[in-house]
Amino acid sequence: MRLFAALLDRLVYTPQRNGKLRLMVDYFRHAPDPDRGWALAALSEGLAFRGAKPALIRALVEARTDPVLFRWSYDYVGDLAETVALIWPERPGANREPSLHEVVEALRGAGRSEVPGLLERWLDALEPTERWALLKLITGGLRVGVSARLAKTALAELGGQEVAEIEEIWHGLEPPYGALFAWLEGRGDKPEPGEAAAFRPLMLATPLEKQEVEALPFADYLAEWKWDGIRVQLVARGGERRIFSRTGDDIGGAFPDILEALDFEATLDGELLVVRPGPNGGPDGSPEEVAPFNDLQQRLNRKTVSAKLLQAHPAHVRLYDILFEGAEDLRALPLLPRRARLEAFLARERPRRLDLSPLIDFASMEELKALREAARDNGIEGLMLKRKDSPYLAGRPKGPWYKWKRDPLVADCVLMYAQRGHGKRSSFYSDYTFGAWTEAEELVPVGKAYFGFTDEELKRLDKWVRDHTTERFGPVRAVEPGLVLEVAFDAVQPSTRHKSGLAMRFPRVSRIRWDKPAEEADRVETLRGLVEG
Amino acid sequence: MKTPDPRRPESWVCVRPQGLYVAPGDFYVDPARPVERAVVTHGHADHARPGHARVLATKETLAIMAARYPGDPATGRQALAYGEAVRLGEVTLRLVPAGHVLGSAQAVLEWRGCRVVVSGDYKRRRDPTCAPFEVVPCDVFVTEATFGLPVFRHPEAAGEIAKLLHSLEVFPERTHLVGVYALGKAQRVICLLREAGWERPLYIHGALQALCDLYEAQGVPLGPLAPATAAAKGELAGAIVLAPPSAIADRWARRLSDPVTAMASGWMRVRQRARQRGVELPLIVSDHADWDELNATLDEVAAPEVWVTHGNEEALVHHACARGFRARALSVVGFGEEDDTPGETPPETPPEEAPAEATRGEGAG
Repeated sequence: MRLFAALLDRLVYTPQRNGKLRLMVDYFRHAPDPDRGWALAALSEGLAFRGAKPALIRALVEARTDPVLFRWSYDYVGDLAETVALIWPERPGANREPSLHEVVEALRGAGRSEVPGLLERWLDALEPTERWALLKLITGGLRVGVSARLAKTALAELGGQEVAEIEEIWHGLEPPYGALFAWLEGRGDKPEPGEAAAFRPLMLATPLEKQEVEALPFADYLAEWKWDGIRVQLVARGGERRIFSRTGDDIGGAFPDILEALDFEATLDGELLVVRPGPNGGPDGSPEEVAPFNDLQQRLNRKTVSAKLLQAHPAHVRLYDILFEGAEDLRALPLLPRRARLEAFLARERPRRLDLSPLIDFASMEELKALREAARDNGIEGLMLKRKDSPYLAGRPKGPWYKWKRDPLVADCVLMYAQRGHGKRSSFYSDYTFGAWTEAEELVPVGKAYFGFTDEELKRLDKWVRDHTTERFGPVRAVEPGLVLEVAFDAVQPSTRHKSGLAMRFPRVSRIRWDKPAEEADRVETLRGLVEG
Repeated sequence: MKTPDPRRPESWVCVRPQGLYVAPGDFYVDPARPVERAVVTHGHADHARPGHARVLATKETLAIMAARYPGDPATGRQALAYGEAVRLGEVTLRLVPAGHVLGSAQAVLEWRGCRVVVSGDYKRRRDPTCAPFEVVPCDVFVTEATFGLPVFRHPEAAGEIAKLLHSLEVFPERTHLVGVYALGKAQRVICLLREAGWERPLYIHGALQALCDLYEAQGVPLGPLAPATAAAKGELAGAIVLAPPSAIADRWARRLSDPVTAMASGWMRVRQRARQRGVELPLIVSDHADWDELNATLDEVAAPEVWVTHGNEEALVHHACARGFRARALSVVGFGEEDDTPGETPPETPPEEAPAEATRGEGAG
């Protein structure tokens, strides 16, 4: 447990992605099998155990401590697992310290009534940080800021492999991943992906830069709308059904409605959206329209989904590619015949909740430009341009696929609060909350941005914040309404989370208007006028 | 005021607005305001204040006070060696080691057969920079309770130093910036690093220089130290830099290359505390007794009566009472603000940077 606990402890405090990567690589290099395999499982997929609920842990600690001292301690620490880990009355030498794999294997084999006894023995034998790690492990959800993708990236670094290689075989593997580590350390062959419903690394698009537009041989490209949803891969194979995020995380649990619709054998690529009948309808004239991104967000990161949510926020996938049909790998085919296979597949299978992302007819680049500028419907962020002859390549090759987002919207907003950053920026006030004016000449927050400025500008912003602070709340400073930030954003949508009733998509600072008086900044009404749909 | 009576200790050792007053000796212990005669247990700014007419303390504590308060007169300073007895009025006073920082002492007060020990701040762990805590049986034991909650149980300091050295292996190109209180913690961490085999120069913030020099002059060797501000940026890659807590997350730290921010303090035991400080590598190294040590000390000193002065008095009083002591909280104002006092403000940082966000009223952990 010791190495695993030390790893979790560091991960929790390390904000930067690279720092987390380094710590994981170091752990995987030094921890023994099968401990590291279980650690990998906990970091990537999560481990769930029956019968290890917070109420049980609370009961155990209350039987062993003074209730008054426990209550004061819990009030002070604020987190149950941490309080228990710290306050647990030790019995040094009472038991041998268990290893991570002993804990996992014992819990997997234990009946419900055996869990309390096991837990109590382990808590007695462990140090506080290890007790904390144990409690986090068994109550599920480590919450140390590591995605499955990041864990796999660490493995790739450990073995000097591409992360795509690991993603490709990942879903044929089982914890504690002995064969995987053997391969990464050059002691064994690369594991076979097998027949399982495997994730296939996605083909990603690069942004089409302004200077590239004129030179683009547009006749070689197909155009589609760029949907404002979440890229997913749908896999149905040999009775297994999965929905993978762009990074290979299995997000199927949150979308039972989509899983149910995967009644076929194929691997498909598309955009996850919330789609329902609405007053504006779709771009093709259908009554169904794409709901704002916020609606999709309600469906994400849930362990269970209520019937009500399923009905109010029905999920939908708009498909644009096919990678496998049955066992046949189509990825080497050019896009045009792949597209034909996808259309034929959909015509034959007629799956519910899935449809085809339509192609956009155009005769000239000028026409495309106009379409892009007009692309302000809900759920559309711009255009995708894909070379007709492009095979399906893993990663982000430059040239075959472009994303061509419409120009962002901008608004002049007033800086209201600034917060200290993390890591390299921990000495700077680098996260900015900005507002717009109401009818009553009040400023209300409309968004938050923490990038879009140079290091030099950051220094000047930081100085300005320090010189114009009116109040301090921990790491946050309120400032005088005196600095205008030109904020760029992709869209603005209604929101109940903010006092202004608005939420911006991808806000970033586009310019700092040192020159502009705060009174001349934009008004909430103006922003409301930009809400789409 | 009631007539002093040795059978009622609170009648002769009592709280006044200036601090803890010893009536039959007419002096205060660690007064918060300037007084005519003060006995000072140790040099931290919440215990050793400027402006007293006469001060009695160990020679180390007097040296620390002279360094911190150059405005104080040199007259009226009386050094007392550990164990040496002195008569103040009707009271016999001895100073015995408290194990907290260099020169730290417990004040042992005896009057008409009654013994009260005012322990100041103390710890029970080994510390290469100061003499170890000495148990003195007494009638009343006055104890701190900085870490007076059962969640505070400090791990071995050597293990925390090992965490720092492991981090240097994982991130060999990054500067490791360690927040330490200028008096005591800085020098202890330096000694612990030397014991762990770190022989390279340690880079220090300007605010630590004077006290490090003082420790060396008092016979605590610290090995090679270099000013952090004078070092070339490349030189600090993979180096350890020590700075006061208020400097670690502020503009001073910008000169360092992609630092890993560490902090050595007992408060680091609680994650939320470490996060508030923006710490990436919390090192639980404390100069105070932890919960188990507070309670073990009460057992060893075996005073039937216990007064708890500062920190989490409530919990320690509750627990001591449950264990059969006559325990009560003694509200003495002014303790526990070491980190925020002017004496600690690093001179290299502009005045605007006074650490208003620093955790207030927590004392040097």
